[in-house]
Amino acid sequence: MRKVYLDNAATTALSPKVLEQMMPYLTTIYGNPSSPHSFGQEARKGVDHARDQVAKALNALPEEIIFTGCGTESDNTVLFGVAERYAKKGNHIITTNVEHHAILHTCEALEKRGVEVTYLPVDENGMVTAEQVANAITDKTILVSIMFANNEVGTIMPIAEIGKVCRERGVLFHTDAVQAVGHVPIDVKAMNIDMLSLSAHKFHGPKGVGALYMKKGIRLPSYVMGGAQERNRRAGTENVAGIVGLGAAIALATQTLEESAARMTKLRDKLIAGIAQRIPEVKLNGHPTMRLPNNVNYSIKYIEGESILLMLDMNGIAASSGSACTSGSLDPSHVLLALGLSHEVAHGSVRLTLSDETTEEDIDYVLDVLPKVAERLRAMSPLYHA
Amino acid sequence: MYTEKVLDHFSHPRNMGEVQDANGVGMVGNAKCGDIMQMFIKVNDDGIIEDCGFKTFGCGAAIATSSMATEMIKGKSIDEALKLSNAAVVEALEGLPPQKIHCSVLAEEAVKSAIEDYYKRKNGDAPETEKTAE
Repeated sequence: MRKVYLDNAATTALSPKVLEQMMPYLTTIYGNPSSPHSFGQEARKGVDHARDQVAKALNALPEEIIFTGCGTESDNTVLFGVAERYAKKGNHIITTNVEHHAILHTCEALEKRGVEVTYLPVDENGMVTAEQVANAITDKTILVSIMFANNEVGTIMPIAEIGKVCRERGVLFHTDAVQAVGHVPIDVKAMNIDMLSLSAHKFHGPKGVGALYMKKGIRLPSYVMGGAQERNRRAGTENVAGIVGLGAAIALATQTLEESAARMTKLRDKLIAGIAQRIPEVKLNGHPTMRLPNNVNYSIKYIEGESILLMLDMNGIAASSGSACTSGSLDPSHVLLALGLSHEVAHGSVRLTLSDETTEEDIDYVLDVLPKVAERLRAMSPLYHA
Repeated sequence: MYTEKVLDHFSHPRNMGEVQDANGVGMVGNAKCGDIMQMFIKVNDDGIIEDCGFKTFGCGAAIATSSMATEMIKGKSIDEALKLSNAAVVEALEGLPPQKIHCSVLAEEAVKSAIEDYYKRKNGDAPETEKTAE
């Protein structure tokens, strides 16, 4: 049976080229980068090289990059760190209502500590505007944190415009770019980005390692304390092999970004058009064009997401859904609800996210299987009347 | 995540679909929480459920539990069907993940709802063809 992995927003396969570059650091180069001897210094070189690679990919300086355990940790570091460091300046943070839980739950925790958070509402395509941000900024605002691109519905936010507003108003601007890195070009200087979170396993790097870019001059309290690693910004013996992998992966992704994005956009659009043609009463979620090159998210009316995934899985296709059954709570994805979808329509969502490995045959296969799945589940549904 | 039995009922649901001459129809759940089950029963003069069917909007466990519930009440008397517990449905399916147990509860409620509707119609009350339990 054909196996088609279309859940790349959840995680991606480790690239063989990246694995190859990691291997020495999993085998012979095992020293602690903080050790002054040659064993340690060999490992140190690997970490420093990866730092250069990340800096280059973002148009930042190497000293503006620290390595963390994951994108979530980077997000936590920024939110808790800024709230603490700038407490005298103010206690107001601006974000959106479609952020990843790594931002939302951390914001909720900060609210319990007396921080005020504005969650800007998105429009029906999942978009916020720079104007909304400008209107929300007060003299107590210490941070604007807005995701570069949404993980559920793929909408790409107007980051450069928001960065400009923040720069003009003198407010720090952070973006959770976990889903965007490797898929869309990012230039932290040109886009006026002060801080940025990223995660290796979203662009064919290993799981368990992320990075945080902080503009020179920004010094936050450490989120993980207890050592001098990362120039005293993040303690803990470095995940050397992981860091090397992250660097290698980001370099590869940035190298081929333009052609990769173009190729995936074409396949994405074929899938989007094909589903609309073959299945009646579906709704595309997210912005139709300002959208990640690899993201397709549809609500299929009258049926439920987890059962769609189960049937797809039985046909070898891996996808994701925003239904409550998959989230383990009673509510479907907060992102879909933020777009204005009813609970029922949100429950029937399926997210398909492509990668460089996805072929046109894979897309054709999905276009063959998904309509049959929809038909079968609709026949079972008390809500569907043929 | 799911047992073989659950996947079997999901892929090959038993008694799926409306029962045309049903004399008891129940509907439970709601779109808000993502689970809706409709249960049809045809009870004969001897009080035996001679035919039954289901329609479900919901996850794999929801579909499997409603399918299994119909299998367990078909050919039984109403009194026996009323005794159907969600635990029995889970056991028949050889287990459900803890977060899916509530689907079996809904299946039990669907059966009871259909039987309630049957009695309502039998006793001359205005038949409700669609009833949603809270």
